[in-house]
Order: sequence, then C-alpha cells, then structure tokens
Amino acid sequence: MTRPRQSYEGVALVAPVSIPYQRYSIETAHWWIARALRGSLDAAGLKPADLDGFSVASFTLFPDTAVGLTQHLGLSPRWLDHIPMGGASGVISLRKAARAVQSGDADIVACVSGDTNHIDSFRALLSSFSRFAMDASYPYGFGGPNANFALLTDRYMHEYGATREDFGRIAVAQRDNALKNPGALMKKPLTLQQYIDARPIADPIALFDCVMPCAGSEAFLVMTVDEAQKRGLRYATIEGAIERHNAHASDPIQLRGGWTVDIDELYNQAQCAPTDIDLLQTYDDYPVISMMQIEDLGFCSKGGAPDFVRNHDLTITGNFPHNTSGGQLSAGQAGAAGGFIGLVEAIRQVTGFAGPTQVAGATRAMVSGFGMINYDRGVCSSAAILKGGAA
Amino acid sequence: MTTPLTPPPKKNPLKRSLTPTSPPGVRSRATLGLTAAAAEGRFMLQTCAECGTVQYPPRDACCKCLSVDLPWKDISPTGTLLAESTVRTSTNLYFRERAPWRLGSVQLDAGPTIICHVHGDVAPKSRVILSNRLDRSGQGVMMALPEQRTPDMEDDPELRAMSSDPKHRRVLITDARNPNAPTLAKALHDAGATMIFVGEAESWLPNPQRDALTAIPGVEIMALDVTDTTSVKELAGEIGGKLDILINNAQFVRPGGAMARGDVGFAQDEMEVNYFGLMRLAQAFGPGMCSRTADGVNSAVAWVNILSAYALVNSADYGCFSASNAAAYSLSQNLRNDFRASGLRVMNVFVGPTEDDWHQELPPPKVLPPAVARSVVQGLKDGLEDVYCGDVAKDMIERFRAGPKILEREMTKGQQG
Repeated sequence: MTRPRQSYEGVALVAPVSIPYQRYSIETAHWWIARALRGSLDAAGLKPADLDGFSVASFTLFPDTAVGLTQHLGLSPRWLDHIPMGGASGVISLRKAARAVQSGDADIVACVSGDTNHIDSFRALLSSFSRFAMDASYPYGFGGPNANFALLTDRYMHEYGATREDFGRIAVAQRDNALKNPGALMKKPLTLQQYIDARPIADPIALFDCVMPCAGSEAFLVMTVDEAQKRGLRYATIEGAIERHNAHASDPIQLRGGWTVDIDELYNQAQCAPTDIDLLQTYDDYPVISMMQIEDLGFCSKGGAPDFVRNHDLTITGNFPHNTSGGQLSAGQAGAAGGFIGLVEAIRQVTGFAGPTQVAGATRAMVSGFGMINYDRGVCSSAAILKGGAA
Repeated sequence: MTTPLTPPPKKNPLKRSLTPTSPPGVRSRATLGLTAAAAEGRFMLQTCAECGTVQYPPRDACCKCLSVDLPWKDISPTGTLLAESTVRTSTNLYFRERAPWRLGSVQLDAGPTIICHVHGDVAPKSRVILSNRLDRSGQGVMMALPEQRTPDMEDDPELRAMSSDPKHRRVLITDARNPNAPTLAKALHDAGATMIFVGEAESWLPNPQRDALTAIPGVEIMALDVTDTTSVKELAGEIGGKLDILINNAQFVRPGGAMARGDVGFAQDEMEVNYFGLMRLAQAFGPGMCSRTADGVNSAVAWVNILSAYALVNSADYGCFSASNAAAYSLSQNLRNDFRASGLRVMNVFVGPTEDDWHQELPPPKVLPPAVARSVVQGLKDGLEDVYCGDVAKDMIERFRAGPKILEREMTKGQQG
C-alpha cells in the first residue's frame, strides 16, 4: 500500500501574473519568461535577489534550460527545476515547489512558464516533439495534435454519443469568458452556429476546436503562509494535488486520463467533494479533453459530460464557471504556458484578483493539467484544489 | 468505393511540374525495423524474446518486462479500426499538397494500437488488415486496408502513393534480347502500362524475339546499347522526360571464376554491361526521373534492377559474374541514397539461376521468364525495394540472414567438395 500523502499545509501561492498573449512575437522565450518573473516579483514587492528557488516550463528555450536562465537572468537559486510536461506542468511545478518550501530547501520559489511563437516555429516544434511522434504519428498525414485529438474525439463521440454541439457549448462559453479578459487573443463573440459551420481541420475537429498557438507567459510565487502574511500578500493554499503519468497504458484508445487513478485521494486530501468546488479550470487544448476531465474529476460519470454541458452554464456568471479567463481555446496556447493558464487564473480567482473575470464568492477552485501527446494519447495528468487564504 | 483512375491527359508543357516533396522521413534506429520489413512486403513487429509482448511504436526495451532482446517477428496483420480522421490541413508540404488525407487508429488483434493511413474503402469502425508499406520517403508505414478486396482498390490515392503501380505508366525495358523481355513486356501491358519501350542493341543483327515483342500493344523497340554512353544519352534525350519506370534487365553472363579464365576479357564485358551499364543508365535517366516524381497519375516512380542472387554471395561456378552483380548491387544502394529525396524507388529483383544456355550445367530449380515477370510486376504493385525470385534466391537470402560467413563457407567448398 502506498503511504498517505502529506498535506501541503503552510504553503502559500501568491502574485499570479499573466503577460498578455501575442499571436506571433519576434522576442524569445527568455524575454517572455523574464517579463512574467518581473511581473510576479513586482506584485509581491520582491527583488530578484530575494528568490532562492526557480522552476521553469518552456518548449522554446533551446539550447537553454533552467540552468542557462539563471545566468541569463542573474539569479542564484539554491533550488532549481525544469518541468518538461507541457499541459500538466503548472500543477506539477506547484507540487514540487511546495515541497521545497515545506522542507526548507527554498524560501521563495518562482514558478514561471513562457514560450515564444515565431512564424514557422510551431511546425519546427512539432517535427521534434517526441520520438514516438516522429516514428509513428507524424508520418501519417502530419496533422500534429489536431489529428491525434481528432482520433480521440471520433472515438469519444462513437462511445458516448457526444455531438459537435456538445463540444461547441464548451467553446462558446469560453469565448464569452474571454471577452471579459483583456489579455485574451480572441476578441470577437462566437455563436454555436459559427462553431458548427467552421472550416474543417481534421474531421471531426474544426477551426474552433483548435487552440491558437501564440507567445505568452505566466508566473506565480510559492512561499510559506507566514512569509505571505508577513508581507501582507493575499494568498491561496493547496488543499490537495496529484499527478500521474502513462496511466491506463492498456486502454486501446484514450477515453480517460490518469486523474481517475488518484481522484479519490485528491478529494480526501482536500476534505471536500465535487459539489464544493466553486470553479473549474481544465486543460482545454480541445473540448473533448475538457469533457474527459469533467468526468474523471468526478463532476459526472464516465460518458456523462455531453449531458453535463447541456445542463450547465459554463460562463463566469453561470452555475458551473469553467475556464474563466477564456482558457486556451479563446485566450491562446502559449506553449508550456498553456499548462499554467488555468492555475494562474485559479490563484487570481480564490484571492479575489481576477478583476473582470472574477467569479462572485469564489473560495475553492479546482485546476487540472494534461500534457504531452507522446504517441497516441496524453501521457501526463495533474490536478489541484486551491483555496483562498486570508491576507 | 474507389474511383478508378482515368488515363491522364497529355501534359501541358507550359505548366510547372510540381517539385517533389517528401513525407516526414526521420526515424529512430529501432523503427527502421519496420522499414526493413516493408522493403520486402512483410508485416513484422517487435516481439519481446522474454515475455512475448508485441509492442508498437518500436522501443529500445520491452514495455512490460524491460528486456532489451526485441526481435522483429511476423505478426497477424488483422485488427479493428477504432477511430479515424481526415486531415484537411497540414504544415508538412507533402501532405498539404495531397489533402484531404485519411488516417486512423487500429487496434491489432495482437495487442498494440497503431496509428496508420486508412484506405478509402475501409468502413468506419470496421475490421481491417494492416499492410506495411514504404512511403515516398522510403520508410515503412502502416496502412489499413479493407478485409476483402474491393474493385480498383489499388487506385486509392493513398495506396497508390505507397506503391509503384505500372497502371497508366510508361516503362523502359533495357534489353530486348534478354529471354525474359517478351514475357516482362506482356506482364507490364496486362498491369496497365501504357507505353513499353524496349531497348535493343546492335539492331542490324537479327533478334528472334522482335516479333513477339512488337505484337504486344504499347511496345516500341528503341535503339539502346548500355555499353555505349552516347547510345544511352540519346535514348534518354528522346524518352527520358516521359519515363515512369525503368527496368534494367541487361545482363552479360559467362561461367567461371578468375582462375578458370586466362584473362580479364569476359570480366570486362560483365562489368561493362552489369555494372557500368547500370551507371550509364542512372547518369542519363536518373535526374529526369527524379524531377518527375510528383507529376500526377503518371509520375516517375521506380527504378528496377534485375540482379543475380549471386550478388549476395559469390557462386564459385560463376565467380566473375557474381562479382559484377555484387558491384551492381552496391551501386544500387548508392542510387537509393541519390534518389531518396525525390521518392523514386529502387527495386532490386534478385533472381536465381535462369533456364538458359549459360546455366545449362546447373541442376534445377531454375527460374523461367514468367516468374521474373510476376516478381517484377507484383513488386511494383506492392511498392517493394527487395524481391527474391525463385527458390534459389529465397534460399540464398534466408541462409545469408542466418549467417553470411556460414553461407560464404558453404559456397566456397573448393576441390574437395
């Protein structure tokens, strides 16, 4: 038997920052990461020298890693991490940083993700994404993640009777949310009819099922609750957090993620139930993946998400606020920052910093991550429950 | 159902020919096992020697027991199409130019899930047979085919992109005097080749096969002497721009090894035809064919060398002839490299001893022309790179794979027998 997980008690998340996304940027990942880091330090009233822990997630730093960034940015941390887990990286970065702070390996850790997007850099990234992708998926039409998720979506529709309209409800609600987020790339309203009529990309995936690759960065700081209180910072606490990799390897096609293995423990750790969650931030690279999370995180039974989205209002003011900043579908996918967008927004929400996208009375948020289509499915999954703390 | 291909219209010389592009061609070393199997039309996967797990994608260790002993074994290619998609836009130029492109996810009965190309006649969520094919980057790829043959199924655009099918294509057979020429020309005509040029050296001399050849629709006898650079260049100038498949069947054979002969005379003739002949043809026809591999229905597609199985290992009775074929085989590998970027496929047909005067002293089994013709046409249809024709050639490659040194010792017994 595995031992029970230790709690994350005493750890505070502060200073959530999102640097507004751009479709294309002439700048580098280093530049984007520096801006988010600076923004987060400024928000907490800290100087770079106050940091003693640094965690980075990025796809476009090559040939650098977190190591090169320390010298590039003039940091001298006593704890350093690099998280290559794409869409699951936010919660995983958080988990590791929290343990570092709890154990005293670091006092203040900056968790930062950022990527740039040059013309043609998305194609270049795809070509060298993973060995299995190079060997066994890209030679088949080179549809990139669109084609992979098209296969999962096709099977999901076949198994559970989901329709294009069901997926459309997620995309349309998120666009509605994004219109309130000045940093989102998408500025025009989206109707369900426009979603249905969109240009097909990789059947059954059409234009508004796909995220827009872009440049951007996200950051937050991890410190002790004592430290946050001493500095007068509003903070969020971690009620529970899980990760899992390569779960259900014998499923012939992915209809569930690794959350199903650990979800009971997550709620147990947080001492709450799905009905206690005020808002949900799922990893939404495609609507089908959000549906999979709504099921696997316990908000409905397996195959029940199509019905769930028909019966819930997923907007900021609705009865199930979901991806309140517009998510990647409407704010854009800034590379590895796509693994942070929901987490940073969740910290803003429970600390009351969300401004125009604020959900009234939000105290408990769930955020989940999903990452890395290594061959035919997403390998990494993660989730956390956050709660607002007193300043 | 597949729409049958119609004969392509005459080419408009003012229109730009598409520059050949390739599907992604980079693979890990482990995955080249798939390519090696596809080159001879086999469906093989890594199978753990310790626990028997069949796995895909290819790995460097077993995903069940971490054994690194992972031989490739022939596996039943049957499975079920779990999901499919049609890619309508791709950042890769090859697929962009060929969109829409159907692909799918197949669960093999043997276990693993395989992302694959999907033939247009496969019904959604149906039973399929996976075929391991070479794509235009010369790498092994999987394609789901319907369980039962369908009419004109070889005309499916994705399947045709993997094959070297002679249908609607124009072919050159280099030697009208080789006993296999008429049968080969007839088989190509039956397979749908529209023009079949047949090269003939020293046309002033009688050729008893001439009437049989010219009786085949589409056949045109052309002057060609592969030992004469000028002759090869002249023919390339005349037909090189419309040649889709070149089949080099020119061969000079005499018995004997170095010690059985008093001088290098015959050996020079063997090299002139079997080795330099191939080089002359490649230098004259190769560049033009390579530039036309994206030229629509009748694009340039394959280069075929009919080699002796003795290219693999020296046969003492034909020692010098074997050496010239080994040279030609080695050159064919060099051509594979040089043709790679264009997607022009080099297919080697290794033939055992043939039923003719120069192999009279050998015991059977010997290869007759229809077997050569069948191997060539089927190899083209299946898009193969290596074909072994006849029992001797099949036996030879099997023994070669079991141990080249053992085979060499078997073949070089010396006087004591």
